Amino acid sequence: MSVLIFAELEEGKIKKTSLEAIYYGSKVAEMTGGETVVLAIGEADSAELETAGAYGAVKVMHAGGQELKEANIVAYADTLTSAATQIGAKVIVTAKSSLADAVTARTAGALKAGVAGNVTELPDLSNGFEVIRSVFTGKAFAKTSINSEVKVLAIKKNAITPEISGNKAAVEDFMAPVSEEAGKAKVIKTLKETGTVSLPEADLVVSGGRGMKGPEHWQPLLDLAEALGATTACSKPVSDMDWRPHHEHVGQTGVKIAPNLYIACGISGAIQHLAGVNSSKVIVVINTDPEAPFFKAADYGIVGDAFEVLPKLTAAVKALK
Amino acid sequence: MNILVCISSVPDTTAKITFKDDNTTFNKDGVTHIIGPYDDYALARAIELKEELGGTVTVLNVGTAETEPQIRKALAIGADEAIRVDAEPTDSFFVAEQIAAVAKENSYDLIMMGRETTDYNSGVVHGIVGQLLGMPSLSPVMELNIDGNTAKISREIEGGKEKLEATLPLILGCQEPIAEWKIASMRGIMTARKKPLNVRPAVGEGLTSVSSYSLPPEKGDCKMIPAEEAEKLIDLLQNEAKVL
Repeated sequence: MSVLIFAELEEGKIKKTSLEAIYYGSKVAEMTGGETVVLAIGEADSAELETAGAYGAVKVMHAGGQELKEANIVAYADTLTSAATQIGAKVIVTAKSSLADAVTARTAGALKAGVAGNVTELPDLSNGFEVIRSVFTGKAFAKTSINSEVKVLAIKKNAITPEISGNKAAVEDFMAPVSEEAGKAKVIKTLKETGTVSLPEADLVVSGGRGMKGPEHWQPLLDLAEALGATTACSKPVSDMDWRPHHEHVGQTGVKIAPNLYIACGISGAIQHLAGVNSSKVIVVINTDPEAPFFKAADYGIVGDAFEVLPKLTAAVKALK
Repeated sequence: MNILVCISSVPDTTAKITFKDDNTTFNKDGVTHIIGPYDDYALARAIELKEELGGTVTVLNVGTAETEPQIRKALAIGADEAIRVDAEPTDSFFVAEQIAAVAKENSYDLIMMGRETTDYNSGVVHGIVGQLLGMPSLSPVMELNIDGNTAKISREIEGGKEKLEATLPLILGCQEPIAEWKIASMRGIMTARKKPLNVRPAVGEGLTSVSSYSLPPEKGDCKMIPAEEAEKLIDLLQNEAKVL
């Protein structure tokens, strides 16, 4: 059975997490004996889309129409549903993101597909179609059986490590009719930071909490992030107080991240914060309070003043390069 | 403005998650349940809109009788009436079908809920409902204002936000800072007891099922580095943890 991967584009390129999803999808296709096909919606060069082949895709369906330039959830979902129907896809794979959730949800509704979100491993086909997914905001895993004919899997970052080949995928244009509802919600303006890796995609994250004492004191943290090439994040109180923009908030009700390295400065580590960062591979905690609960969840800790520690770290990172 | 707010009943965000019956069932012993934090934001904004524009707020929960304290709390905060679909909310498609069935019998201008529940985190129920009802769905919504038949919305995207205008009726998955969480007043708690709560049976069945649960491995010890030798951390991250 064929596997269709909904890949997201960022500045004309397939996002890194979507490449992981393509590789994951190709492994599922190997297990189930089918083709690996990618749907990419938005503007991109064919040369960029061909790279999906290195991650196991045979074909990329490219829906690059003008009306799909902005991320319109309904239009994207209609396009995904048509593509899945056309190739007879039985498994739809995507990298977990707020856009992918919103889009694949509608497709699941249209195709009466069971959904498993935050999938962390390849499926087990020995007893139906079972996947492991992260639940309770990272605090547990659930072995979940999907019993519908069409299945939707949203995979978590780092669920799989791609092995890259030299293959290229065939790219073909794809256009599908879009329902009337798509015209009922129009994007007026997009405000987006450019040139930075977004938090869900980031491998390196430097984050600040109330211990940073105010938005005017963020420079040492920004300096370390810049030296590392890391994305910046913050705790909920920091975003609530408008010290930092809301899209930087990581935690139970904020962005959930899974970087290789998470450096937390002046964050005590309340359970709600840990829920957003507990999928990080390595956690570093810098805090003046040796009793801060975050140290119990950390791999490396420094008891000290972030304003003294951060410049030392920045200097050491610069010395590496 | 008639608004349907869908709420989940989830373990308190500080709850310790454990399982029983050979890891097949979530252990509810000693766990306090709350209205889903994201749903609570949706509820708060719905009540503000009702106060501003008139109309009614109906809360809907798919759950067993155990969730009634959360439903009563939503009524105490300011919802006018409640519906409980009597079933365990074990599958996204199943929950969406229940919401769609209720929505088809009534005419709501807005259907609001959290962007995701904090127990299963799939974040897809709003989208499935939108598809089932043939209405646009948007998520995660962080600002919402109503001007006549138009909703002015800001939606969080990775690294920023987008501003949208959409025609009602609509389905929204919400998150902060759409509104501040509301606390029930004593009068609200008293009147909530008399507000209607209709219980109805479920339709259809789920497409997924959980066979067992597991907990993540325990973290090892935290390696402490003296602040005066902070630069050593970078060496450890590069050569020991190998993340740089």
